[in-house]
Amino acid sequence: MTTIAGARPARPRPSRAARKQTWIAWGFAAPFIILFLVFMAGPIVASLVMSFTDLTTRDLQTPFNVNFVGFENYLRLFDDPRFLRSLVNTGVFVILGVPLTIAVALLVALALNTGITRFRTVFRVGYYAPVVTSIVAIAIVWRFILQPDGLLNGFLGWFGISGPNWLEDTFWALPSLILMAIWRNIGTLMVIFLAGLQGVPKEHHEAAMVDGASAFQRFTNVTLPALRPTVLFAAVITGIGFLQFFEEPFVMTRGGPLDATLSSAMYTFNQFGFGNYSYASAASYVLFLAIVVLSLVQFRLLKRED
Amino acid sequence: MTAIETPVLTKAPLTKARRSALTPRPKWWLYIVLTLGGIAMIFPFIWMILGSFKTTAEIRSNPLGFLPEAATLDNYTQLFGRLDFTTFFVNSAVVALFVTLGNIVFSSMVGYALAKLQFRGKRLLFVLVLGTLMVPGVVTFVPLFVLTSNLGLVNSYPGLILPFLITPLGVFLMRQFISSLPDDILEAARIDGASEWRIFLRVVMPLCGPAVATLTILTFLGSWNNFLWPLVVATSERMYTLPVALALYSVGQNAAQYGLMMAGAVVVVVPVLLVFIVLQRYFIQGIALTGIK
Repeated sequence: MTTIAGARPARPRPSRAARKQTWIAWGFAAPFIILFLVFMAGPIVASLVMSFTDLTTRDLQTPFNVNFVGFENYLRLFDDPRFLRSLVNTGVFVILGVPLTIAVALLVALALNTGITRFRTVFRVGYYAPVVTSIVAIAIVWRFILQPDGLLNGFLGWFGISGPNWLEDTFWALPSLILMAIWRNIGTLMVIFLAGLQGVPKEHHEAAMVDGASAFQRFTNVTLPALRPTVLFAAVITGIGFLQFFEEPFVMTRGGPLDATLSSAMYTFNQFGFGNYSYASAASYVLFLAIVVLSLVQFRLLKRED
Repeated sequence: MTAIETPVLTKAPLTKARRSALTPRPKWWLYIVLTLGGIAMIFPFIWMILGSFKTTAEIRSNPLGFLPEAATLDNYTQLFGRLDFTTFFVNSAVVALFVTLGNIVFSSMVGYALAKLQFRGKRLLFVLVLGTLMVPGVVTFVPLFVLTSNLGLVNSYPGLILPFLITPLGVFLMRQFISSLPDDILEAARIDGASEWRIFLRVVMPLCGPAVATLTILTFLGSWNNFLWPLVVATSERMYTLPVALALYSVGQNAAQYGLMMAGAVVVVVPVLLVFIVLQRYFIQGIALTGIK
């Protein structure tokens, strides 16, 4: 705790008052700590332990039948083409979805911040509205929009384009879900970018303008560097969210056609549904590792900024 | 770079012409682009509301029709009659209410300890909170289900509520806010002989209005829209929450009942949208405060 350079004096005994405050403080924290240990820390550890056992739904009544099986669940996972497919799908979802969401949200934020003076609140509310809504409910609406004879194809028809059966086509199903995810998440990043844009020093813009820099040059040389930490932060929180995508395929495609939209979270849920608890835990831990790696990358990148 | 090398120029008084060049005139074409984008953003909601007043036959025969030809409330009467959405609505509301209350009470308490009290183990506690900010539900739901079923809480309100009574995000938010309150007022109360509980209840909490408002909105919304855990733990129909009911009905025999499904979506989405439009300032403040939805 307290680091004192040089000779270490004997650690002072905490005074009575300090001890009392420690008791009081833990009293304040007690309800949180109990709930935290039982419903959060416990399950995180239990999930890891379970992933090395052969626990299934049948063992719930007879916990002593459970054996440790080492890495068997993980070996089986990486032998299962469906799991590998789900990893690829999740990766594509993140790698395409995150940059596109950032790009669109950044454009909207820039337009709202500098291009217009009126109706800002109206636009902000409109672009943010999808964020507050239930993904399940919205996915149902989008399912109808994307049907073969639905709204989108009708709209394309005006221009003489005959759209595919978006959600039943092995090529188009995943891009359709990505499109919906972008639509739903623009608002979050727009707000974050709007906050970040407030931190770009106005003097830099003025100076660049005096030097004759065009609007685009000012964007790439002044705005973007100042916004770098914000963009990184946005990339990581969106990435973590997108890694867990589940509701969209659950409601819109059931993971099909031919596993084209099966996500890792959905694979885990399906295995849980079959009663393969330990196997599902292993699958969820692979996803968890990906999330941890992403968070660590963020910390490193942000540290370099300072 | 250039900005730093030319400070003299920027300091010089700006002529009127240059000043107006620095605050560019609003561009009319941006309004058009933003409006078109905005329409694309809210059109699914309009489509959903209009669709909920159409019959399935009408949607089938005229999939691109905008306004309902003969507006009907049939979908809603079916929803609340045959399908018991009243129960699901009540379930969602009860769960969200208790989850929100729990988060306010427990996050404030531990947030106060972390922000204003000195005690052993404080840093460890804070690191634990930060370390679990990003743990997703998909990692914990399997052991959580085993635990819940051993406690006999599957298909019960406690089973739906207990795992969400605390969130690391809530603790983080309250801790940050309480840290920003001045120490002087707490010291003054301590000198007057007030106990820490009294200070917490009478001095700190009354000042936490904005933080509590943000926390209320974020947790209520999170709970209302929560899907994975209720899907896992509510195995019988009477315990379904709205998203679970909607998702499960949307793939069964009602799947082709477009109007009915649209009405279901309206019941889930529209109350939230109305609250959002009224309180939008707090929503957006919450995002800006925490960066996490």
